[in-house]
Amino acid sequence: MNELKSGSNLEKVLKAGHFAFTGECGPPKGANVEHLKEKIAHLKGVVDSVNITDNQTAVVRMSSWAASTIMLQEGVEPNFQMVCRDRNRLAMMSDILGVYSMGIRNMLCLSGDHQSFGNHPQSKNVYDIDSIQLIALVKKMRDEGKFMNDEEIDTPPKMFIGAAANPFADPAEYRVYRMANKIRAGADFIQTQCIYNMEKFRLFMKKAVDMGLHEKCYILAGVTPMKSVGMARYMASSVPGMDVPESLIKRLQGAEKGKVAEEGIKFALEQIEEFREMEGVAGVHLMAIEWEHRVPEIAERAKMLPRPKI
Amino acid sequence: MIIADRKPINEILYMIKDCKKILIVGCKGCVTVCNVGGAKEVGILASILKIARKKEGSPIEIDEKTIERQCDNEYVETIKDIVNNYDAILSMACGVGPQFLSEMYPEKRIYPALNTTSIGGALRHGVWSERCAGCGNCVVHYFDGMCPIARCSKSLLNGPCGGSSNGKCEVSKDIDCIWDKIVRKKMQEGRLDDLLVVREAKDWSTARDGGPRTSIREDIAE
Repeated sequence: MNELKSGSNLEKVLKAGHFAFTGECGPPKGANVEHLKEKIAHLKGVVDSVNITDNQTAVVRMSSWAASTIMLQEGVEPNFQMVCRDRNRLAMMSDILGVYSMGIRNMLCLSGDHQSFGNHPQSKNVYDIDSIQLIALVKKMRDEGKFMNDEEIDTPPKMFIGAAANPFADPAEYRVYRMANKIRAGADFIQTQCIYNMEKFRLFMKKAVDMGLHEKCYILAGVTPMKSVGMARYMASSVPGMDVPESLIKRLQGAEKGKVAEEGIKFALEQIEEFREMEGVAGVHLMAIEWEHRVPEIAERAKMLPRPKI
Repeated sequence: MIIADRKPINEILYMIKDCKKILIVGCKGCVTVCNVGGAKEVGILASILKIARKKEGSPIEIDEKTIERQCDNEYVETIKDIVNNYDAILSMACGVGPQFLSEMYPEKRIYPALNTTSIGGALRHGVWSERCAGCGNCVVHYFDGMCPIARCSKSLLNGPCGGSSNGKCEVSKDIDCIWDKIVRKKMQEGRLDDLLVVREAKDWSTARDGGPRTSIREDIAE
């Protein structure tokens, strides 16, 4: 990790050894640019980079590349997400060139939730390539300057390549190997699924460290503060691959009336404190879903501010 | 075999609403084996349609005929002397049947009575499950005899995705996560190394993506 691969702010922060802090922002369900700009404003200067989701949960929204360019214009560094569900390899490579030429330097490669979850379950899915093949593709375009078919690229896109890891999906014992495969394919950084089961995550990280994965790739721990007991219950029962321990639900239930969200934030802050000390964890990815306005406060209380300027 | 389901009766009734006399043609191939388009099912459908039309006050005459296979002209031809006796023909074969019938009898209205769903096999009596997507380049040997193209909802070659839970697919608890099975089998058999590779993107040109396919056996083709 000597030379910069993309020159993105996120890459520089991580490379300099700072504990990274990334955020997340969902594009609007429409062309409401003003609302998007409001959400972006909350995150400015508070995080190192912000993931822009790509039709998350298979619900159609403003395209991730367009929202990423708006974010860039607003002075916040985007982490452009791309799922394999909606594009074939032609569209993917073309969009990678497109976003790079607009100034985007981070990219997160994902399989994507199946379209049956979303608001157009009748659609045809693509999955021409999978998320690991997408990582390998972005790396090939960057490092070899070639398209998938080996043709030369006139000015290759230099992306800082991200991937997701879910330590809580099944088969549990295989999850660290899957992350290793993503790193093998070319992931520079990993952002994990939201963590609630700390015990399981500690074991996952221990295994990752034993395998030396933290030396090949920056691993960012995923945090989503619980806003309510209902949200915790929904995530426990209805979100694929999510592990919400009963003890956390009980803790939220035990909070005073009107203080559940505060209890959720407290739990997130405790997590962040532990992640800072946990071997192999290079930062935190805060997915405050439709809670962007609370991110500055969380960042402050987590002693994440000010963010490093490099 | 090819697996199919019968279309809803109302859809079939609507197709033949203007007909006074039809022929239902069954097939002794796959659809007989998966109990949806053989002589027995042809008889049942004929009875249901006749009763329904009688109830509507517009009775219909229906004859039944089940041939060896509807995907072979040699057998499709066996009804050539009778097809003109009918307003329409209702095929109880997979999607191949109504097309072969249409090609041989272009002047006839041919309707499909079945929805073809997949290539698969019988898990137990009355239950059939998809196994093959007909991609034109079999890879099951890499995955201990399990096809992720047909059996993973996202056709992942480097799975499982983050939605795999308790051996089930994120799409439905009724769908097994095939990647869960592949991983567990590899781990049990001490072949985890097989999975510690990045499997390259598939060439889909041999699949339907490359256009409709024709197989020619040069040695026997006429």
